[in-house]
Amino acid sequence: MRIHLKVWRQAGPNTSGRLVDYTIEDVSPDMSFLEMLDVLNESLIARGEDPIAFDSDCREGICGACGFLIDGVPHGPDPGTTVCQLHMRRFDNNDRLTLEPWRARAFPMIKDLVVDRSAFDRIIQAGGYTSINVGGAQDANAILIPKPTAEQAMDSAACIGCGACVAACKNASAALFTSAKISHLGLLPQGEVEQHTRVAAMVHRHDAEGFGSCSNEGECEAVCPKEISITNIARMNRDYLRAMLISRD
Amino acid sequence: MPLDAKIPGGPLSEKWDRHRFESKLVNPANRRKYTIIIVGTGLAGASAASSLGELGYNVLSFCIHDSPRRAHSIAAQGGINAAKNYQNDGDSIQRLFYDTIKGGDYRSREANVYRLAQLSVNIIDQCVAQGVPFAREYGGLLDNRSFGGAQVSRTFYARGQTGQQLLLGAYQSMMRQVQRGSVTSLANREMLDVVVVKGQARGVVCRNLLTGAIERYAGHAVLLCTGGYGTAYYLSTNAVNSNVTAAWRAHKRGAYFANPCYTQIHPTCIPVSGTHQSKLTLMSESLRNDGRVWVPKKQGDTRRPEQIPEAERDYYLERRYPSFGNLVPRDVASRNAKAVCDDGRGVGDSGFAVYLDFSDAIKRLGEDVIRMRYGNLFDMYKKITDDDPYRMPMRIYPAIHYTMGGLWVDYNLMSTIPGLHVLGEANFSDHGANRLGASALMQGLADGYFVIPYTLAHYLGSHSFPAVSTDDDAFREAESAVQERIDTLLNVKGSKTPRQLHRELGQLLWNEVGMARNDTGLRQALERIPQLRDEFWQNVSVPGPKNNLNKNLEYAGRVADYLEFAEVLTLDALHRTESCGGHFREESQTPDGEALRDDERFTYAAAWAFQGVGKPPTLHREPLAFEYVKPSQRSYK
Repeated sequence: MRIHLKVWRQAGPNTSGRLVDYTIEDVSPDMSFLEMLDVLNESLIARGEDPIAFDSDCREGICGACGFLIDGVPHGPDPGTTVCQLHMRRFDNNDRLTLEPWRARAFPMIKDLVVDRSAFDRIIQAGGYTSINVGGAQDANAILIPKPTAEQAMDSAACIGCGACVAACKNASAALFTSAKISHLGLLPQGEVEQHTRVAAMVHRHDAEGFGSCSNEGECEAVCPKEISITNIARMNRDYLRAMLISRD
Repeated sequence: MPLDAKIPGGPLSEKWDRHRFESKLVNPANRRKYTIIIVGTGLAGASAASSLGELGYNVLSFCIHDSPRRAHSIAAQGGINAAKNYQNDGDSIQRLFYDTIKGGDYRSREANVYRLAQLSVNIIDQCVAQGVPFAREYGGLLDNRSFGGAQVSRTFYARGQTGQQLLLGAYQSMMRQVQRGSVTSLANREMLDVVVVKGQARGVVCRNLLTGAIERYAGHAVLLCTGGYGTAYYLSTNAVNSNVTAAWRAHKRGAYFANPCYTQIHPTCIPVSGTHQSKLTLMSESLRNDGRVWVPKKQGDTRRPEQIPEAERDYYLERRYPSFGNLVPRDVASRNAKAVCDDGRGVGDSGFAVYLDFSDAIKRLGEDVIRMRYGNLFDMYKKITDDDPYRMPMRIYPAIHYTMGGLWVDYNLMSTIPGLHVLGEANFSDHGANRLGASALMQGLADGYFVIPYTLAHYLGSHSFPAVSTDDDAFREAESAVQERIDTLLNVKGSKTPRQLHRELGQLLWNEVGMARNDTGLRQALERIPQLRDEFWQNVSVPGPKNNLNKNLEYAGRVADYLEFAEVLTLDALHRTESCGGHFREESQTPDGEALRDDERFTYAAAWAFQGVGKPPTLHREPLAFEYVKPSQRSYK
C-alpha cells in the first residue's frame, strides 16, 4: 500500500522546524510503523539526504525509547501499544498521517522527532528507589507480600518511561509517570519505610522540571502503552497530602 | 603462551571466600580519589555503578541511550535463576553449578561457575530489598518456574518482564548514587576508544551523540559492560542499537577476544516475515513450560494446524528427549527445529517455522491461568503476527539471541589490558559454549553487585597510578584516530546504505556461521567478509551532519566494526572443528545428530589477539581443567 506522511523536520534545538511531505510506496501490512520509517530513511540516505531522526531501540515495546505523535496521538491509534509495535495493517492505502515529536516545556527539542526526556531521570533520582546498599539484605522470603499487592505493584512498575503521558496532557504533566513509581514502591513493605520523603521529593522535582499539574482528565491513561491507571495519581495525591501534614520541614 | 586465569587455590566451594580474604582493600577515605569509568548501563553496568558508588568511588557512567534505564537488559523476559531451593525440589548451589557446567557443554571455568551459583542466592535477596515485584504465591512467598536444561524450579520472575524489573532496580540504585554525588551519569555517549597509558587502561574517548563532540575522560580503571555482538548477524533478538563497537575497539587496543564462535540461537522467536524487518522478537523460553512443540509428520503438509489430527503430529522434542521433553536446552531445541524444517516438515508460508501449541495447557489449566502467566507475551505475538495464540498455535523459529563469547577475562573479570575489566555478556567467562535460560540476568548482576566490588579494590590496592591527564599524548592520539575514522565515513559519499551492507553481512553469517557450520561454508565466508568490508569503505553513504545528532553516522561506525569483527568470529568457528553447545560443526556429530565434542583437542578457551585489520589474529589458549565435574556426552534423553 501507499502511505503519505507529513513529518516534523527540525535540524537542531535552536533552528526552526516545519512539516515535510513524503510518500512511501509498497508498504507491507506486516511492517511495524518504525520499519516503514526505516524504509523511508533508506531512500533518503541513498539520495544523500539527512534521514529522519527518531528514537528506538528494543522494538519490542519495553525499552521506552520510541514515541512520537501520529495525527496528534502519542504512539498512534492502537491502545496499549508503543509505536514500534504498531503495525501497518492498522492503516489503509493512501492514508495521510502527520508525525510530530512530543511537545512539552520539560522535554526540550533535540532534532526531528527526538526530544530530551532526561527530566524523567531526575525525578527518579530525587527518590524513586529504596535506600538499600548492596550486601545487607535479609533472605528474600522473609518478606511476605500478599499476591494481590505484588500484582498491583507490578501493574505500576510496568511503566516504560516513554513520555507519552506528558505528550497527551494539555498541561504537559508527568503525574502518571511520577505516581507510577511512587505507587510501585509505596505499595510494597520494602518501599513503605521512605514513602513520605519519597513522595515529597519526587513531586517537588516534577514541578521544578517544568511539568504541569494534573487536572484529572485521563488523557495520559488513554494513551499509555502499558495502560498504567490514573488511580496511581490519586494515590500519589493522598500520599503527598499525608506527607505534607506530618512534615517537620 | 597459556593464559593465566588467576583461579584461587583450595577446594571449589572455598575459592571465592578465600580470594575475598586474600584480596587487598581500599580504605573508605581513599575510595573517592579513584575514578572508575563504567561503559554501559545494563544489568552489569548499572549494578556495578550503584555498588561502587555506594562504596564511595567516584564513578563515571556512560551509555549510548538517552537514559540509563533503556539498556537492552530491559527486554529479558523469562526470569533469573537462583539456587534458593524454595521449592524443596532438590536444588542446591552444587546442582545449579552442575547444570550450568553441563548446559555450557563443558567449555566454561569451574571456579567462575561455582562462584556464580553461590552468588545467585544473594542476588534475589538484594533485588527483593530494592522492591523488585517478583511473582508471589498466595501465601506471600516468592513463586518459581522451571526453565530449559533444569529439572528443578529455580527461576524467579516478574510476569514476562523480569529483565525490565531487575534493570529498573539497578537503575534506581544507580540514580540514588547520582543524587548522592558519587556517580555521574553521562547518557548519549558512545565509547569509541580505550586509552591505555603505560600499559594500564586509564581512560576512554567518547562521542557525544547529541553534539558530535569527541570527549576525553581519564580514570583509574575502565569497566566495559557493553553487552554481546549478536547484531553482527543483522537480524537478532537484540535491540537495534546493540553493538560490538566498545568491545571491538578494546580488542584492537590489546584485549583478547575469547570464543567468539559461541553464539546462542534461541529456539522460540517469531519467524522472519520480509526484508523490511529490523529485528526478530523473542518469545520467552518460559513458554515451553506449558507449550508443546510440534510439526506435521508428513512433509509438505499445508493443512491448518487444527485440521491435523493428533496422530499425524510429531511432538519431536517429547519423542526424542523423554526426560526433558520441551524443556531441553536452547541449542538442542534450536537444532531440532532446523532439522525438521530442513526435512520439509516446517510450517507457515516460508516453511521455516514450527508450532508451539498451548491448547492442552489451556484445556488443563484454563485460559485465565495461561493469561496470568504469559498474557503480555501472547499480546505481543498477536500484535506482530495478527494471530491469536489462545486459538492458534504460535509459529516460532530460532534466531540469534545471545553471545557466550566475549572479551577474555580472568577470575577477577580483568581483560588482558591491566585495569580494563569486562562484565556481563561482554565477557566470555561463565556460560561456556551454551547459556542456560535465566542465567544471563544472574551473571550480569553477580558481576556488578558482588564480584567487581572485591576484585576492583584488589586491583586498585595493588597497583600504583602515575598521574594522567586528558591532555596526554595517548588521549590526543586516540581522539585523532576516532575523528579521522568519522571523517572518512562521512567522505566516502557512495551509493549503498550502511543497512544494506549490514544486511548482506548478516545473511552471510547466518548462512555460514549460524546454526550449523562446516569447513567449506566457513572458508567461503572468510573470503567474502573482506570483500564486503572493502565495498563498505568504497561505497557507503553517510549523509547528514557531523556536529549534531546523526544516527546514521553512529550506525555506520558500528557496521564498520562488525565487518572487522566478523572475521575473527568465522575464524574461531573454523578452527574449532568439534561441535559443542551453540557451536555445531556438521563434521562432528553423533550417529543420532547430537553435538560431538572433542575433549582431547579442544578443552580450552580460545582467546584471539588482534594483529591488524585483515591480518589473522594469533591464538592463545586457556586450558580448562575439570576437577569436580567429569565431562561426558551431554544427554537430555
